[in-house]
Amino acid sequence: MTDADPARLYRTVRLIRRFEERAIALVRSGHIVGGIHPYLGQEGIAAGVCAALDAGDLVTGTHRGHGHVLAKGADPARMMAELCGRETGLNRGRGGSMHAADLSIGVLGANAIVGASPAILTGAVWAHRQRGNPVVGASFFGDGAVNEGMLLEAFNLAALWRVPVLLVCENNGYATTMPVAGAVAGTITGRAEAFGIPAVVVDGQDPEAVRQVTAAAVARMRDGGGPELVEARTYRFDAHHTFEHAVRLAYRTPQEVADGRSRDPVDIQGARLSPADREAVDAEVETTLDAAVAFALAGPEPDPAGALDHLYASGLTARGGS
Amino acid sequence: MPRLSYRKALTRALTDEMTRDESVFLLGEDIRVGASNVTPGLLKRFGPDRVLDTPLSEQAFTSFATGAALAGLRPVVEFQIPSLLFLVFEQIVNHAHKFPMMTGGQCSVPVTYLVPGSGSRTGWAGQHSDHPYSLFAHVGIVTVVPATPADAYGLLASAIRHDDPVVVFAPAAALEVRDDVDFATLAPVPLGRGVVRRAGDDVTVVAVGHLVHDALAVAEELADQVSVEVFDPRTIYPFDLDGLLDSVSRTGRLVVVDDSNRSCGIAAEIITSVLERVPLVAPPRRVTRPDGAVLPFAPVLDRAVQPGREQLTAAIQLTMKDRS
Repeated sequence: MTDADPARLYRTVRLIRRFEERAIALVRSGHIVGGIHPYLGQEGIAAGVCAALDAGDLVTGTHRGHGHVLAKGADPARMMAELCGRETGLNRGRGGSMHAADLSIGVLGANAIVGASPAILTGAVWAHRQRGNPVVGASFFGDGAVNEGMLLEAFNLAALWRVPVLLVCENNGYATTMPVAGAVAGTITGRAEAFGIPAVVVDGQDPEAVRQVTAAAVARMRDGGGPELVEARTYRFDAHHTFEHAVRLAYRTPQEVADGRSRDPVDIQGARLSPADREAVDAEVETTLDAAVAFALAGPEPDPAGALDHLYASGLTARGGS
Repeated sequence: MPRLSYRKALTRALTDEMTRDESVFLLGEDIRVGASNVTPGLLKRFGPDRVLDTPLSEQAFTSFATGAALAGLRPVVEFQIPSLLFLVFEQIVNHAHKFPMMTGGQCSVPVTYLVPGSGSRTGWAGQHSDHPYSLFAHVGIVTVVPATPADAYGLLASAIRHDDPVVVFAPAAALEVRDDVDFATLAPVPLGRGVVRRAGDDVTVVAVGHLVHDALAVAEELADQVSVEVFDPRTIYPFDLDGLLDSVSRTGRLVVVDDSNRSCGIAAEIITSVLERVPLVAPPRRVTRPDGAVLPFAPVLDRAVQPGREQLTAAIQLTMKDRS
């Protein structure tokens, strides 16, 4: 049931690209406070993976998570409103860039603790299946996460209990500024293989390649298979976080960045469309994002009186601080 | 009337809740055989899909429970050792607790964390003897410390039915308590509601968990000198301040006995909350573990850093002599 339409895949990649570029502009204009972790350059991974999932399947993302949420189908307008801290945002302005979530479409949230979400996703997928809802899940994490003990514990549980989660490692070469070579002993796929989890490396800059690898894994998982790992090799085109736009950190050479940017998932997937089709998609995406930004900026800020809203799902009210 | 042990009360609550609601399931280490002696027989009765014996992967299975809760189940996670809560503090606080707020109310995370044997078990030393309930109160997670078998049953049942995470600390020193209980009266005990265990006129002693029994014993010993009221909060967070104020406003004196480290322990919070609301006729006192306590191995040292009856007796007597 995967979506192999190249135009739709291109649209997702392009949407994420332009969403991020507009979000960066809103950071600069002061409308988004706290900055963002741009997903620029990595769009093909979220787009390719989510194109191979069904609507009911589950995903978890990372602090660099806008792409995951959008690719799973979140409304860009409510997503942008969330980044702007508005009541009309996906999380009513309570989550922001690093915690955007839309449980109604299976997005259990971007999660800003590195390596934390695969265990959560494993439990959620297991529970859905216990309840007779045969979903699968995809959990995105970066190369930095592969050195977190919690992640490896999650690999073990998922494999031991054969929970169908796709472990998607977005290897963009750096954990913040730490290069993979400086942080990862052994290999990323080797970590999965140690738990008996099939692992494959894919070109993360090619959205269609990611989609195909994911579709094959998902088919095996729906057929009763356990977890699989995909290491998507990619490159982060921009900063770890927008603070780097003001504070330049010297950890990548200009040549390396130029080389990395030379393989652009937007262009790679765009080349699979006729110029006219591509222009049509681009125009539609701009219209969508014009509306998204307008919606975001028109939305009201939350009422400070509601600062403790949702602290407890049970309705428990917390004492105030004065 | 039949006798019910604290430990069997926990087993009974698990059994009854799992029978009542099939979304309830258990996970933890060695629970298939019941190494903590709380889950024996449950695997046979409910099967391996509802009694998940886990590898030693506390962080992963704690977050697994968070995910299962997000998907509509009600996990109960057992921790054999209280100090393991330090290991999973991240998973409980950063994820289970924060998700409802961070998602703007899109979800609930109804997980129960059960610690059947918290605090000292003389001889278990530094890494098995913590009693970290104040830590969870500080971060705002519903935290209960039942003192009696009926409350162990009732608070665990309420915890499982609650829509937010709840930590149930069953003190090791209370696990062998047995009471005459009419099983027909066993019922959920409301969270956030304390109870006066012994009525008195001169001083209110707030005692947490197993220390309720020590406070009752001390109150009897001192009965010819002072009339002691013993208040058992049962839930540490949210704390039943109204219930306590009702007591303290009658007695005018307050002593808290709390098996937490002194600095930022719940005793400090209880005393401050009372003083913000009502004047006392004498300075309040607290009996706690020392600052930064690590329980030493040797039994005499272990006992030396735990709050006990002698210190409580002294604190009550000093409070009765003092005047503000």
